[in-house]
Amino acid sequence: MSILTPTAPLTVPAEVLRSPGYWRTVGRRLRNDRVSMVCLAILALILIAAVFAPILAPADPYKASMLHRLKAVGTAGHLLGTDELGRDMLSRLMYGARLSLLMGCLPIGIAFAIGTTVGVTAGFVGGRLNMAVMRVLDVFYAFPSVLLAVAISGALGPGMLNSLISLTLVFVPPITRVAESVTTQVRRLDYIDAARMSGAPNWVIVRVQVLGNVMGPVFVYATGQISVCMILASGMSFLGLGVKPPEPEWGLMLNTLRSAIYVNPLVAALPGALIFVTSLCFNLLADGTRLAMDIRD
Amino acid sequence: MFAYMLRRIVYALPIALSVTVICFLLVHIAPGDPLSAVAPVDAPTEVIEALKRAYGLDKPLVVQYGLWLGRAVQGDLGSSVATGRAVTGEVLGAVSNTLLLAFVAACLGFLAGCAMGGIAGYRSRSVLDRVVSALSVAGVSVPHYWLGMVLTIIFSAQLHWLPAMGAGPGGSGAWTWDYAHIRHLILPAVTLSVIPMGMVARTVRALVADVLGQEFVQALLAKGLTHRQVFFHVVKNVAPTALAVMGLQLGYLLGGSILVETVFAWPGTGFLLNNAIFQRDIPLLQGTILILSLFFVALNLLVDIVQPMLDPRMRRS
Repeated sequence: MSILTPTAPLTVPAEVLRSPGYWRTVGRRLRNDRVSMVCLAILALILIAAVFAPILAPADPYKASMLHRLKAVGTAGHLLGTDELGRDMLSRLMYGARLSLLMGCLPIGIAFAIGTTVGVTAGFVGGRLNMAVMRVLDVFYAFPSVLLAVAISGALGPGMLNSLISLTLVFVPPITRVAESVTTQVRRLDYIDAARMSGAPNWVIVRVQVLGNVMGPVFVYATGQISVCMILASGMSFLGLGVKPPEPEWGLMLNTLRSAIYVNPLVAALPGALIFVTSLCFNLLADGTRLAMDIRD
Repeated sequence: MFAYMLRRIVYALPIALSVTVICFLLVHIAPGDPLSAVAPVDAPTEVIEALKRAYGLDKPLVVQYGLWLGRAVQGDLGSSVATGRAVTGEVLGAVSNTLLLAFVAACLGFLAGCAMGGIAGYRSRSVLDRVVSALSVAGVSVPHYWLGMVLTIIFSAQLHWLPAMGAGPGGSGAWTWDYAHIRHLILPAVTLSVIPMGMVARTVRALVADVLGQEFVQALLAKGLTHRQVFFHVVKNVAPTALAVMGLQLGYLLGGSILVETVFAWPGTGFLLNNAIFQRDIPLLQGTILILSLFFVALNLLVDIVQPMLDPRMRRS
């Protein structure tokens, strides 16, 4: 006996039958978020300016000129003015984006790789190993992050590689902690038991069930840290601990232009404004991603 | 309660101890021989050996650590390579200036953050709420060393209202609460207060919105309490967490102030660290980091202990 009459056949649209999948839904939600999209566009512009700096930059970022020092924004030939050595600001800001973005993202990338590996291992194995790893990490929480970065970098000595190392070390503990806590939660869930009963070996469970569910939250957390890392990395260069002159980098440019605030304040403030905009965009984009991933039916 | 406090203190001890280990190791991750700052490059081997013995560098690392810790506990952190003065004295003078700056900044940030977060929580999803959210995201994302520069440009270079640098007449050790000194504190403190302001505003906004949605607020209103009376109940619920956030933020300001101190030439630990790093003055670097981190550990401990005192809900769990 059927309640469906032949005149009304069961026509269910295909998209209802097939769930669009988690990541596709997240992507759609993110695309509908105007703030995130604007931020993404700005970041894309900065990235393009950085990658194609040799083609796009109007002048040589290293070419100094004593006659054209500290020209104002809008000077003919120097759209954003010149710095304290007469170098073209626009070109230096474009080239500077390369190092600044690299110093902001690379430590997070490395820390993400290390932190996820250590955190997932500790969380999945559990027991004594987990305890030991977490207690060691607690030590790093005993330092304010800026202080830790400055301490390591200061002891190793100024330089880009050393500041990359110190920044990575600053971000490994928090990322590991997030990975560990998510893994510990996931490990207790039924589908892990189901996978184990169906005969999956540990490494398959880790790769499929654990990583598949842990990567998302850890990734979102890590992207949220990029803005912190950008500010910190430029701050190290500002202190003279990171990139060395005459290399263009926003934090370092801000430092060398400090003496110009009485002569040409607008030019002096430019590199910092870019650090601010970039870090703000990363922050808002991370917030947007977090909201988009938080799907509750 | 007493057992809880004791447990927290006992738990903080190994942390403090490991902080000393890391600070001790800082000397050994530094490239080059620790002696290179003292001995000439072409010093004969016998002289180097003698110096090593004099500084205790010929002993195994663990023994060196023990000796160093023993002296540190007695307040002897060695002497600065650059000036020859005792590290402890140098650091403590600078720490008091940093604490002053960080404390004032934390208070400013806390008050502003609470006001903003409270308004946003009460008027959630309004235009004001959006403005506060935008401001707090901006506060968290702004490079504060740049904000310091911008404030200097506006209020010192352009308007000539406030001094751009230093801590006022009399130099680093002569702080008093008079106009001439407070003028110097305003810009650095406001600059530094932006970070805790953003964090506190975010936290308070979320807490207030959450508390207002709870049933007891409805019950109080139904009982006939005015909104002002209900407000005090909200404050009581929000205060412990907000204060804890501010306590932790104060700790982060101890580190974060390094950059702001550099911008404003504030004679605190940031200034000291800067000197230590560029003069390769490792004992000074080590001592400064050690004392600041121990303050940080103590502050975290204080927050852990005080929070349950303020919040009866935490005592029960």
